[in-house]
Parts: sequence; structure tokens; C-alpha cells
Amino acid sequence: MSRTYPFHAQPLWRRLLVSREAAVIALLVLVLVWAINFVSFFATQLTMTFLFLDIAPILLIALPMTLIIVTGEIDLSVASVVGLSSVTLGTLVDHGTSVPVAAIAALVVGLACGALNGFLVAYVGLPSLAVTIGTLALFRGIAVGVLGTKAVTDFPNRWSDLARQTVGGTGIPLIVVVFAVLAVVFTWLLHFSSFGRGVYDIGLNIEAAHFTGVPVARSKFVLFLFSGVVSALAGIYFTLRFTSSRGDNATGLELQVIAAVLLGGVSIFGGRGKVIGVIAGVLLIGVLSSALRLQGVTVNVINIIIGLLLVASVMSTSVLAWVSDAAARRHNRDRAASSDPQLTPAGVGNQKR
Amino acid sequence: MLSSTKRITGVAAVALSLALAVSGCGKGSGDSNDSSSSGSKAQTITFIPKNLGNPYFDSSDAAGKKAVGEFGGTYSQVGPQDASPDAQAQYIDTEAQKHTNAIVVSANDPKALCDSLNQAKDAGTKVVTFDSDTDPSCRDIFVSPSNTEGIGKTQVDMIADQIGDAGEVAILSASANATNQNAWIDVMKKELANHPKIKLVETVYGDDDDQKSFDKTAALLQKHPNLKGIISPTTVGIAAAARYLSTSSSKGKVMLTGLGTPNLMRKYVKDGTVKEFALWNPEDLGYLAAYAAHALVSGDIKGDEGDKFKAGKLGDFTVGADKVVVLGDPFKFNASNIDKFNY
Repeated sequence: MSRTYPFHAQPLWRRLLVSREAAVIALLVLVLVWAINFVSFFATQLTMTFLFLDIAPILLIALPMTLIIVTGEIDLSVASVVGLSSVTLGTLVDHGTSVPVAAIAALVVGLACGALNGFLVAYVGLPSLAVTIGTLALFRGIAVGVLGTKAVTDFPNRWSDLARQTVGGTGIPLIVVVFAVLAVVFTWLLHFSSFGRGVYDIGLNIEAAHFTGVPVARSKFVLFLFSGVVSALAGIYFTLRFTSSRGDNATGLELQVIAAVLLGGVSIFGGRGKVIGVIAGVLLIGVLSSALRLQGVTVNVINIIIGLLLVASVMSTSVLAWVSDAAARRHNRDRAASSDPQLTPAGVGNQKR
Repeated sequence: MLSSTKRITGVAAVALSLALAVSGCGKGSGDSNDSSSSGSKAQTITFIPKNLGNPYFDSSDAAGKKAVGEFGGTYSQVGPQDASPDAQAQYIDTEAQKHTNAIVVSANDPKALCDSLNQAKDAGTKVVTFDSDTDPSCRDIFVSPSNTEGIGKTQVDMIADQIGDAGEVAILSASANATNQNAWIDVMKKELANHPKIKLVETVYGDDDDQKSFDKTAALLQKHPNLKGIISPTTVGIAAAARYLSTSSSKGKVMLTGLGTPNLMRKYVKDGTVKEFALWNPEDLGYLAAYAAHALVSGDIKGDEGDKFKAGKLGDFTVGADKVVVLGDPFKFNASNIDKFNY
């Protein structure tokens, strides 16, 4: 007996065309073409530099966040880790520590934050939504508590310039190169390693993953560690870029990260999503808001547009799923009517959407 | 499965790099846009408040708009939703990209905005800060609401006037290490030397916390039964003290003055708890900042000490040390004028 998987029954090029990732990339190209041709001052090197400098923290944190959401978990504490690592860096530098040493300390703090989240989620078995809402408040509370309302703004120029350094005459900030390296690492990890296959398995069916030998707890723990360290790295960048260490740095950044990840085609229920789509999602939001700002559109309207875009993109997944479901059902019914009455069990064909 | 993932990623990567290449290719065309904008005559002046929807900045920026209209410029206002430096930096960056002639900024952080502001200056945009300053190196001019001497002296004048120039007074300040407040208190102490019959009995700190300031006021009145007046050089402190006094038996007997906002103080002025308090007038501040920007863009001034310019109805101003222009003595609010203000 032969089973059909509608999603795989079509030729590769057609599957590629209808994938969420392709849709986001197409939309990104569309917005870029519009912005370059119709938005004054968009197509300048300065705009590109600022655009990358602005979205770098989101790009960075979106990488581990993608993997975490693919497992069906979430990390809401990332922005608070950014704040805490910023305060760690600032406080130590304020007390005479050199920037590299303070930066390593900030990364260690990020690692510890990730370990706490990971331990509670992976080994204690608490829901990540609840745990990281708690640590969101906890880490932010510590960050604001340490520095109070004051800000550390005395960083050696050598280091703050480095955060804004561009590569040669290209206008591409150095941080983008750091991001590109990490993006390659995370792409390999998710899409080309057995660890990554485990990540998808956990998201699709955690019990099945467990029984097929995926180290579920360890995988989740490691992912939260990644999230903590990368968020701390983003915090160091954020601090040096703005030459300012404050407890309230990057407040609310977690929602921008998650919005971009979901826009990039990652399913909030886990099991589906690609790094490339997420990168396109972050770029799409960045390009769109930069272009709209240049057009003089106010912040509220920009938020409304991005919000609608996100809702539409999440809805499109459901609509697509419904359409393909209906198509699969009709297909099965036709087949059933014509020949073999006992065919594919319902639902199997859609499982890998 | 693996190979298809690989190929999807590959194709997507190519598409993305194409998109980036397209955006990169566009770089050259930027120059033509630049020249077209600088050809137009109207000066473009953009106000960037700490955040949008803040009544204080609504007042100042509306007056700025009026001033820009007077000299025939093009006014706009942009800003972040929250008063955070990183969000504000994006708006400064955008104005630099648009080669706006001048931006008028109330800074959310003295140093965090410097990179953006310097980049704007490099792009030919004049930078005026008002209300809240940045590092002097990051802007062309700071339009200050008032100077330390003026603020300190005005408050002593008001309390002396209200208590008949004799009796015990106390100060309710913000936190013990608040830079602004301590500078003003130093001036007040020097100024009080000219009023030999007024005795400063105590300085207490409410930490700009409403409840704490309220409690400290209560303690002051218990500890010093002969207290005639309280000076609170902080908007939170004066409002909390007024709230306590308005319900206590000391209402009308113990005078209260200091720095407050009309909206917070209106009901205490109306019920007689407070006779007069001061703060700078944000409208004049925005108006002056717009004219300072105008003078910079026109090339009338460079922002050097001693430069003089005319600011419409407010008259002539001179740039002081550290490239600071001072609006003047604080504005006094009382029952006769408080209803004209909303911030």
C-alpha cells in the first residue's frame, strides 16, 4: 500500500514557492524595492548602517529564540538578560575593570541566567512561559536594583567605537559579521545536525522524541544556555553602541524578537520553522520601520502596520493549513471512492506542515 | 528530507543576498536625492521630544511650531513612544539620513545619544538640545530653561514674600545626592544670608517618592511647630507636601513654594494651600529653541560664547559658556495665571 504526503507530493520548486520562508523573503524583497525606489534617502549607505546597527540585537537573539520556539518552548526573559548584562558590564567598568574582562563577566551572567531558566524548564519540568515571565521580572529587577536610576556612560572610546565600526568602506557594521558567523552556526545546528533533528522532534511530539532517544531535557537546557549567552552578547553590544549602561536598557525587546521569529514562519506550537525565514522576518520589520520613519510616519502608525503584518502572517498559516487540509480530504475522498476503501489514516498527510 | 532542506536554505540564501545586493546597488542614487533637498529654501526643523504624548512637550513643541512658522520654516515633530535613549536615537538617525537642517532634542540620556547626534552633525544637521542636555561636545547649542542662580533665588524670593521675610523655613528636596537640587539648595543658602530673619531649620529628602515626601512633610510639621514655610525644589515633593498641607490644620498657616507643574498644583492653588510656585515656561523654551536652531542654520551664529541672536517676541539672547543659552528666571504660577497652562 502506498501513502501520499501531499506536501511532498509536489515538485520541489512548487513546495519552495509556497513555503512560509519564501513568502517572507518575497515580501522583504518587495518592501526593499519599494523603499529603494520610492522612499527618499532610503538607498544610502548611512541608512543601511543605521538599519543594521538598530536591528543587530534582535537579529542576534532571534537565533537561539528560533530553536527554543521550534521545541515548543519560549524565552521571555531575553530582554531582561540584555539589561542585566548591560548593568554587569557598566558596573564593573565603573569600578575600574577593563572592558574585555567585564564583557566576559557579563557573558557569564548571561550563561547563569540561561542555566536558571534551562534548569527550571528542562529538569524541574515547569512551563517555560511561566518560568521566563518570572525571570523576566527577576533579572530586570536585579538590573534596575544594582544601578538604580543612574547610568554608567564612561566607556573607553576604543570599545564603543568598535561596536559601531563598519567593515572597510562597505557601511556594514562589524556586528553583522559577528551575527553572520552565529547565523551559520545556528543554521548548521538546527538544519544539519542530529541535535537539530532532535529539536524538531521535541517540537512535533515530545513523547515520541523521548522514546526515540532524543535527549529532551539536555537539549532544552542547552538551548536556554545559548539564549542566555547570546542575549548577554547583545547586551554588551547594546551598551557599547549607546555608550550607556542602564537597568532599563532594551526593555520590551523580547516582544520584538518573538514577533520577528513568528513573522519568519516559526510555529509558536513548535516543530516548524527555519533560520533563514527568521532572518528575513527580522530584516522585514527593520526595513519596513526604517522606511516608514523616513516617510515621516509616526511611531504609533508604524506599530499598527507591523502588528497587522504579524497577525496577517500568523493567520495565513492557519488559512494555508485549512486550504491544504481541505484539499487533502477531497483527495482522500476521491481516492477512497474510486478504489481502496481503507486508505491513509486521517491527519497523517498533514503532520509535517 | 535533508537535501530538500539544504536546497531550500540555499535558494533562500541566494534570494536574500540578491535583496541585499539590490539594496547595496541603490547606494549611488542617494546623492541625487541629497542635492534636491538642499536646493529648497525653507529651513526644515524637527523637534524630537523625550517621548510623544507628554503634555510638557506638547506645550513646548507647539510653541516651537509657532516660531518655525514665524520665520517661514518647515516644522515637524517625531519621537519615540517611551522615553528611552535607544528609541530616541533611531529618530535622530532618521533625521540625519534626511539631511534635516536642524533638530531640537530633549535628550533621554546625556551620553547615549552622542553617537547619533555627532553623526547628524557630520551630515550637516544643526543640533539644538533643550530642556535636557547632552554632553556639550555632542550638540551645537543647549537651550536651558534657567540657570542655577535664577532657580535658587526665585524660590527664596517667593518664600520671603509669602512669610513676610521672617520665621523658620525648611527644604523638602529630592534625593540626598540629586545634582540639580543640591546645586539649587546651595544657591538658596547663600541667598538666605540676605534675609537675616529667615532661619533654615532643616533640609529633608523625600527621594522624589510621593509617599515618602508626604511622610517627611508630616514629620517636619511635628518637629518644628513654629515652621512658617517649606521650599520644595522638586515637582514630586511640592505636590506631596501640598497634598498633606491641604488636609492638615496648618493649611494657610505654613506657606509652601518651590518648583511644580501647573497640572499637579492647580487644585492646591485654587483651595488656597499654595499661593505661588515656579517653573520654567515650556512654551517659551520651545519657542526659543526653534529660534536658536534658525539662527544656527541661517549662519547668524555658530554657537560660540558671546554670539547674539534675536528670538522673535522673546527678544535678544546671548550664547553663554559651554554653548548654553538661558531662557531666564523661572516663571511664577499663581491663581491669576495657572489656568492658562496645561502640562
